[in-house]
Amino acid sequence: MSELPLSATTDAALQAAPATKARGYWATVGRRILRDKVSMACALVLLLIFLSAILAPWLGLEDPYKGSMIRRLRHIGTSGYPLGTDELGRDMLARLVYGGRLSLVIGILPVILAFGIGTSLGIIAGYVGGKLNTAIMRTVDVFYAFPSVLLAIAISGALGAGILNSIVALTIVFVPQISRVAESVTTGVRNMDFVEAARASGAGPFTIMRVHILGNVLGAIFVYATSLISVSMILAAGLSFLGLGTKPPEPEWGLMLNTLRTAIYVNPWVAALPGAMIFAVSICFNLLSDGLRSAMDIRN
Amino acid sequence: MLAYTARRVVYVIPIVISVALVCFLLVHITPGDPLVAVLPADASQELAAQLRAAYGFDRPLPVQFGLWLLRALHGDLGNSIATGRPVLAEVMRAVGNTVTLAIAAAIIGFTMGILLGLIAGYFRETWIDKLATSFAIAGVSVPHYWLGMVLVIIFSVELNWLPAVGAGPNGSNSWAWDWAHLRYLVLPAITTSVIPMGIVTRTVRALTGDILSQDFVEALRAKGLHERGVFRHVIKNAAPTALAVMGLQLGYMLGGSILIETVFSWPGSGFLLNSAIFQRDLPLLQGTILVLALFFVLLNLLVDIAQAAIDPRIKRG
Repeated sequence: MSELPLSATTDAALQAAPATKARGYWATVGRRILRDKVSMACALVLLLIFLSAILAPWLGLEDPYKGSMIRRLRHIGTSGYPLGTDELGRDMLARLVYGGRLSLVIGILPVILAFGIGTSLGIIAGYVGGKLNTAIMRTVDVFYAFPSVLLAIAISGALGAGILNSIVALTIVFVPQISRVAESVTTGVRNMDFVEAARASGAGPFTIMRVHILGNVLGAIFVYATSLISVSMILAAGLSFLGLGTKPPEPEWGLMLNTLRTAIYVNPWVAALPGAMIFAVSICFNLLSDGLRSAMDIRN
Repeated sequence: MLAYTARRVVYVIPIVISVALVCFLLVHITPGDPLVAVLPADASQELAAQLRAAYGFDRPLPVQFGLWLLRALHGDLGNSIATGRPVLAEVMRAVGNTVTLAIAAAIIGFTMGILLGLIAGYFRETWIDKLATSFAIAGVSVPHYWLGMVLVIIFSVELNWLPAVGAGPNGSNSWAWDWAHLRYLVLPAITTSVIPMGIVTRTVRALTGDILSQDFVEALRAKGLHERGVFRHVIKNAAPTALAVMGLQLGYMLGGSILIETVFSWPGSGFLLNSAIFQRDLPLLQGTILVLALFFVLLNLLVDIAQAAIDPRIKRG
């Protein structure tokens, strides 16, 4: 007797809801993040920085390499040099825009590489289990015994200065972190019924990992990886700041901050500009990652 | 508890050996000859071979590692190539300054983080929460070496209140707890404190929110407990996790101080590491990284044991 009204509401709800039911998980996540003002503002700022870095040669900027001894360290707002000039008389606006090209690549590429390597390692360790899991995860543990800044600097210090070495060093720092997350989500999925069903219907381990596991764990690993971009940007620029990354005269925010340090008594605010760019990119990626995380948490 | 402690200590041994292996291998992934720093450019083949034998670089790698580990266990990390002084003594002197900096930063960062986190968690979804959360996100997103520069610009260059670099008047390296020295600590300590401040705020906020939404809090309130009493329960429940996070942060501050120490010319382990890298002083590089990593492992161990000691929910069996 009590079941009749209950099933009636369920039927009604089902009939009223086909529009929302038809939408898939990622479409829902997309809609939720599009409605989040903070995330969209950050995405817009990042889009502007990325576009200006890509389109730098066509923006009618000064030559970022051309210096002049007579117009060194001009202040912000000098006519012709809206953001002043650096210690060699090069236009700051041009160098900041061009600087984005290298800074964004050396900051983001290590996370992308580590995402690929770490996800593969973690899924294999989590799905295969046993001795292979022990071997992979105990190796990962060793890298956890180093604070990440120390590890990055130790590796790139040992390899020597250079863009490629700094990318390698940061990738090595992030692979263990992503592997650990990938392994733990994979272990959570591997014993579920649909994996068992796939195995029973004759799917091989690679097919299961690629088709059935990957789709279910990629979201969580992706969100974690996006949260690392902010750290990676700061560390990559930090390595250049120490003199371990980019070499002069290349425009790159960390290196610019380093070479301008000597100028803080002459023209302090121009010297601080490159760091503001790193800060802007880093905070936008952090907020965007937070927004993505809460958009993907459908239970809320 | 004793059994748990003993087991945790035993688990640490393979980690310590692997850490030593990584530090050892760092020198051997280095392109070029490790002797390049001491050897004059026009050195003869015989001299190079002689030096290589003297430093033991001519033996097979596993043998070199075994000998190096054995000596390290006796506290002998070799001599710095640049200065000729024992590496361990140089590192320990520098680590003292880094510990001073890290503890000062921890006091600032943890106090601020706990306060902001508790307030934000208690007043969830209000403007107070939003303000504290933005502060925390700014703290974890700011390139701290740049923040150091900005603080120097404001407080040293523009206002001339505090010294910009160094750890004491007249370039002195010996630390003392008086105002003349403390003035030098203010800016580096504030700079170091922003990341732990942000992370502790976020952790404590999440913990407070979770605990306040649990049934037992409602029961406490229903029984008529005043808000101060409820707060005490929140703190007691949040303490173990918060403690673990803070212990880890202290380790990051000790090991990750190189950028800040470079900005402020603070004579600590990071500064030492920086000069070791650029003078290609490989024994010093190896030794500094080993000591810092071992500090980090030890700190993690202490945190685990402390957490198990104060939190009855952690299984010690």
